[in-house]
Amino acid sequence: MKRIFLSAALALSFIAVNAQSDRYKSAMEKLIATLDTTKTVDGYTELGNSFQRVAEAEKTQWLPYYYAALATVSAANNMFVTGQTDKIDPIVDKAAPLIAKAEELQKDNSEIFILKKMYNTAKMMADPMSRYMELSPVAAEALATAKKLNPENPRVPLLEGQDLFFTPEQFGGDKNEAKKKFEEALKKFEAFKPADNLAPHWGKDQATYFISQIK
Amino acid sequence: MKLLLTTALSLAAVISSQLANSQSVLKGMVTNNKSKPLPGINITLKDTYDGATTDSLGRFSFSTTEKGELTLVASSTGLKPFEQVLKLTKDSSYNFAIQLKAEITELSAVVVTAGTFEASDKKRTAVLTPIDVATTAGANADVTAALKTLPGTQQVGESEGLFVRGGTAAETKTFIDGTLVNNFFYSSIPNISTRSRFSPFIFKGTVFSTGGYSALYGQALSSALVLETIDLPEQSAGSLGFSPLGISGGLQKLAKNKKFSWGFNYDYTNLWAVFKVLKQRQDYIKEPEYHTGDANFRFKTSATGMVKYYGYFSRNKLGFRENSIDSIGYKDRFGLKNFNMYHNLSWREGLSNGWKMNLGVSYAYNQDDIDGGMQNSSNQDVVLQGLEWKDFGLQSKGKYFNAKAVFEKRIVGLSAARFGVEYNNSNDNPNYTDYTSQHYDFTIQEHLKSVFAETDIYLTNALAAKVGGRFEHSALFDRSNIAPRASLAYKLGKESQASLAYGMFYQNPETRYLRSVGNLDFAKATHYVAQYLKTNKNITARFEVFYKKYDNLVKTGTQYNNDQVAANNNGFGDAKGIEVFWRDKKTIKNLDYWVSYSYLDTKRDFLNFPTAMQPSFAAKHTGSLVMKKFVTAWKTGFNMTYTYSSGRPYYNIYNDNGINKFADRGETDDFHNVSFSLNYLPKLFSKGANKFTVLVLSVNNIFGIKQTYGYKYSYNSIRKEAIVPPSRSFVFIGLFMSFGVDNTENVINSNL
Repeated sequence: MKRIFLSAALALSFIAVNAQSDRYKSAMEKLIATLDTTKTVDGYTELGNSFQRVAEAEKTQWLPYYYAALATVSAANNMFVTGQTDKIDPIVDKAAPLIAKAEELQKDNSEIFILKKMYNTAKMMADPMSRYMELSPVAAEALATAKKLNPENPRVPLLEGQDLFFTPEQFGGDKNEAKKKFEEALKKFEAFKPADNLAPHWGKDQATYFISQIK
Repeated sequence: MKLLLTTALSLAAVISSQLANSQSVLKGMVTNNKSKPLPGINITLKDTYDGATTDSLGRFSFSTTEKGELTLVASSTGLKPFEQVLKLTKDSSYNFAIQLKAEITELSAVVVTAGTFEASDKKRTAVLTPIDVATTAGANADVTAALKTLPGTQQVGESEGLFVRGGTAAETKTFIDGTLVNNFFYSSIPNISTRSRFSPFIFKGTVFSTGGYSALYGQALSSALVLETIDLPEQSAGSLGFSPLGISGGLQKLAKNKKFSWGFNYDYTNLWAVFKVLKQRQDYIKEPEYHTGDANFRFKTSATGMVKYYGYFSRNKLGFRENSIDSIGYKDRFGLKNFNMYHNLSWREGLSNGWKMNLGVSYAYNQDDIDGGMQNSSNQDVVLQGLEWKDFGLQSKGKYFNAKAVFEKRIVGLSAARFGVEYNNSNDNPNYTDYTSQHYDFTIQEHLKSVFAETDIYLTNALAAKVGGRFEHSALFDRSNIAPRASLAYKLGKESQASLAYGMFYQNPETRYLRSVGNLDFAKATHYVAQYLKTNKNITARFEVFYKKYDNLVKTGTQYNNDQVAANNNGFGDAKGIEVFWRDKKTIKNLDYWVSYSYLDTKRDFLNFPTAMQPSFAAKHTGSLVMKKFVTAWKTGFNMTYTYSSGRPYYNIYNDNGINKFADRGETDDFHNVSFSLNYLPKLFSKGANKFTVLVLSVNNIFGIKQTYGYKYSYNSIRKEAIVPPSRSFVFIGLFMSFGVDNTENVINSNL
């Protein structure tokens, strides 16, 4: 009888633990699915906050910090696209401590260096004339590290392609070279298997979109 | 067993579904302290997933199944977070009205800017960037030349230095990494202004105060130029430069761990070839020749700590003759040999509990060997009767040691207190040789000790004050002074602010006027400055008014040869003025320009002046227009600078039995100068390139406008001659390259 009780207690606690991580998984899955379809600054801000809540409740998971930073940087990029460069700084500055937390929990991860590259590029875009000299090499180095840590990461050629795409030709931009990078990214997306369904998997749509923009 | 498990499972399911059914609803509104709704605020039930983000009206609403004692947090960057402990039971409902106050942060707080110009990449209130200093036409990469396009400075062309708000060049002192720099400029040449010694590329930050500067600095009646050297370089790089003036080369190496770097530069300049093409007014016996070398190392001592060393050596010489104004048919000969070295070592460290420390020492040695004389028409040395004093030698040796320690403690928010000590030791040893080879040798030794304290008080994001004081003791004069300083800044709007500054400033009498110390005291200036500043990313508008009162200025008495010797501190004077600065990067596409205007009303009675009058180094109206345009398609930057100055007074003063009288006086014509420069960057952003090349072409006084700085007189006041630049225009062409010296940079560049 005693043994049966013990087994029952064990089983119950197993269920409880499982329920906990199920809760994490389902919350994250829901948020990531929303992130995949979000396009507005308000949407990204809200998602950034939501991921941050999960991050701070969990404390030991790097992914919610990663996604909170990703949403924040995406909000800043959105400000850049809509020409509101003066609003980039207060938004993108929120991403720095999130990236640092993610890196604390997960060292030498290619995806975090991708994030660092995006953060520095966004920061530079707020005032390219005076920040180019300082931040451009920092961003390039982060991307180079991301590539070194995982040469098969499809987001590396995606960002390389974006740099070539957005840089004016006289500054070394090249749409044809960009297209090659996006095609390389697509190939890598085909081969890329995320570790699980919470791991970063974004970017394929972007690569397809940019290719469609290049004649 | 199986049954038990099933029961347990269904039990768990029932419990969780019940939990899901009993929800608490939390809603509310978030505003700032002016009751304006705040959107995008993160509302969190601490340690749970539950929460919301406020909408555009500051509202939020969410439900939670959590129970028990929980904390609701409302937070966003730049705001002080709000926390409230809640007791959540079945179906509880809360409605919040949350007010968030702004946190005092560097990003949003007002900055005291009265009297200062800053060149920085980081600071919001900076009016220039370090790149601006290098690309201002006419500046030719001289830090001080670029500063001369800002209001408050004079266009003095006949001697070096920054003449600020009616002050002499000696009233501006320069500091590198906190410590005083002696001989910041190359040694003086009669009626030709020299350059500042240091390359602008070693500095990352420049603070140029034209009045009311901090208690951390002293011994400057008018102005402090505070330069901060760069920290670790971004990457290892080598550099080479070629021009008809000379060659230069250097190397900077950054360690793999990015915590240590070292480097050196060498520069050889010889104006022989250039003077063959661009005719000089002077007839050069020895065209100016400079050997300049520098070396540095920097290392991180911790996340916030850094040790930096910069060392500089220069050896240069020149010699020329020109028609003598004192005796027709004869020539004046002037020769100068200079050796200078400068070492600066600094250590800054963030300590625990909000303490910071800045230590610095510098040592400089300067030696000038000046040789003066007269020559006849066939260029042979002669000594003329009555003009024997023109045949002389002067060897001046100066040794300078400066040390400074500053400690800072963050009190609350941005408010901080700092205090420290400074020690300046100078040993000036001029050795004069007259035409009979008689030597006159003497030494002036000064130990100046200072103690200072200052506090930054941030009352809100919109109101800040800086209050400080400085105590100095001079061993040479056996005098002490106490100088209070205070400034206040108030934020008027998101982009605009007003600030006020007040301060008392003391300075030793210049050693050049000293033969003995006598009963001399510090000269004194009192500054009152009021400023309005509006800055955003594209436009800077700055308006400043000031009043400066001078007391205890040095008066000179008897003269040895043509030298004036300090007699007493009975001099006085004042200066008042209005200054306007406007910079606009946006209105005209791809054109960045700034306009400066200064109005100055100043009079002083000092040195041998017969009365209080406008000194010859001060013009009433001064203005500059600086334009920069980068044409991306041509990879070329075009820069133009126009400077204007109304006529300056000139005087010929003679001593009639102890009374100074005017032999002649007048005013020069207005001064105009247009300079142009072009930077061509052929490899700019080219893919895969690991080189950065810039071709520079610059022309000073491109239209060859006649410029008169003043007049000089023969010793007997019979003849008068205009002081003009050595040549109408000056042209410079140079090619500078930097290139990566390790793989990191290849990687970076191929990824650009």
